[in-house]
Amino acid sequence: MQQIFNFIIKNSNRLLFLLLLGISLALTIQSHSYHKSRVISSANFLSGGVYEKINNVNEYLNLRTENDELVLENARLKSILFNLKDSTKAPAMDSLKGVKPADIIVSKVIRNEYSTHENYLTLNSGTKEGVKTDMGVINSLGIVGIIDNTSPNYSTVISILNMKSQINAKIKKSNHFGSLTWNGKSTGFVQLIDVPRLASIRKGDTIVTGGQSVIFPEGINIGTVDKIYIQEKTSFYVIDVKLFNDMTNLGHVYIIKSKDRDEVINLEKKEKEDE
Amino acid sequence: MNSALLVNIFRFIMLLAIQVVIFNNMNFLGYISPFPYLLYIILYPVNSNKSGLIISSFLLGLMMDMFCNSGGIHATACVILAYYRPYIFKFSFGLSYEYQTIKLNESLTPERFSFILVSVVLHHIVLFVLEAFEFRFIWDILLRTLFSSIFTIITSIIIIYLIKPSKR
Repeated sequence: MQQIFNFIIKNSNRLLFLLLLGISLALTIQSHSYHKSRVISSANFLSGGVYEKINNVNEYLNLRTENDELVLENARLKSILFNLKDSTKAPAMDSLKGVKPADIIVSKVIRNEYSTHENYLTLNSGTKEGVKTDMGVINSLGIVGIIDNTSPNYSTVISILNMKSQINAKIKKSNHFGSLTWNGKSTGFVQLIDVPRLASIRKGDTIVTGGQSVIFPEGINIGTVDKIYIQEKTSFYVIDVKLFNDMTNLGHVYIIKSKDRDEVINLEKKEKEDE
Repeated sequence: MNSALLVNIFRFIMLLAIQVVIFNNMNFLGYISPFPYLLYIILYPVNSNKSGLIISSFLLGLMMDMFCNSGGIHATACVILAYYRPYIFKFSFGLSYEYQTIKLNESLTPERFSFILVSVVLHHIVLFVLEAFEFRFIWDILLRTLFSSIFTIITSIIIIYLIKPSKR
């Protein structure tokens, strides 16, 4: 017993080092594993508050581009409004509840990150506004990411510029599906993988979100086809998609609250239990 | 409360604040950002409590991880640097470093420079290896380590000489 205590006292620094190294390595590995939220995240009052303060200052520097984007979006919405030929063709409402399947929360990016392989954004709305994990985040130009961690006032987003993210997407005109990933190289391009060879794709085609997941509604813009090549091993297409969004410059974003989500998830869970 | 402890706490908070507010937003060429917050570990008094250094470095790294959303990579890199700091001292200043009064914030001698260089490179290599976490990014890791180390060393030396106590 005496010897054990002596050993511990003698090697206290080394043991302390190994303990802390173990904890931090466990946190690192946990954060790299797919589909697990990180324990340490910036969705908390301290870092969220600091980033909000910094963002308040930075916002003034980006007012002009933010305004330009709003004007463009306004123009687009107006053109839709004025060109609507027939009032009977108005977007179909859910007749049972009288609401659209997707509800929207307006939020603001208070920290943007794009220099590493696994990028996260921090938003200034959290569970108080109804934000939950796995909600989709978009802005006027296209998709941004998926909600990861939430706290009462802040939430973090897995950016589409994150090698862990995988989003269901399709080619707008032909309905061929693939998954959207990022290879970690350029902030302007993401990759659409696992597209079947049957699909006819040309440079400049538009890629939109597919309706297969409940996170994003169908048909939200992502980008245009820039380069097409064939993966050697699986002989599926890999497509370089040029994003509509400038991910290095994000201001206001919309969080999509899907009303159907809980229902679909419950149904799928039941299906799995039955098997 | 002795003044050394107060100085350390002050350094901890100030370096973390400067890192988060200014240096984390610097992205030269899109991916190179300096990390002068590890000056806290470099400037920690030579003969002070070693377990104190390891624990405070761990906390420093954990705070950085919280702000950067990076899991535990900064904490790991900081703990490793804090633990191996005596060995780096031995490498740079010779075996009898504990009996000398090493003051890093005086004129830049080759020994002091080599100490900062080795510390920064060790920290950055651990950091970027853990960040990429995949072997196929080996060139990316090496490039990031090289460029970020250069920028960290430059900013660290500038900060050291900016906060240098004035001589009478």
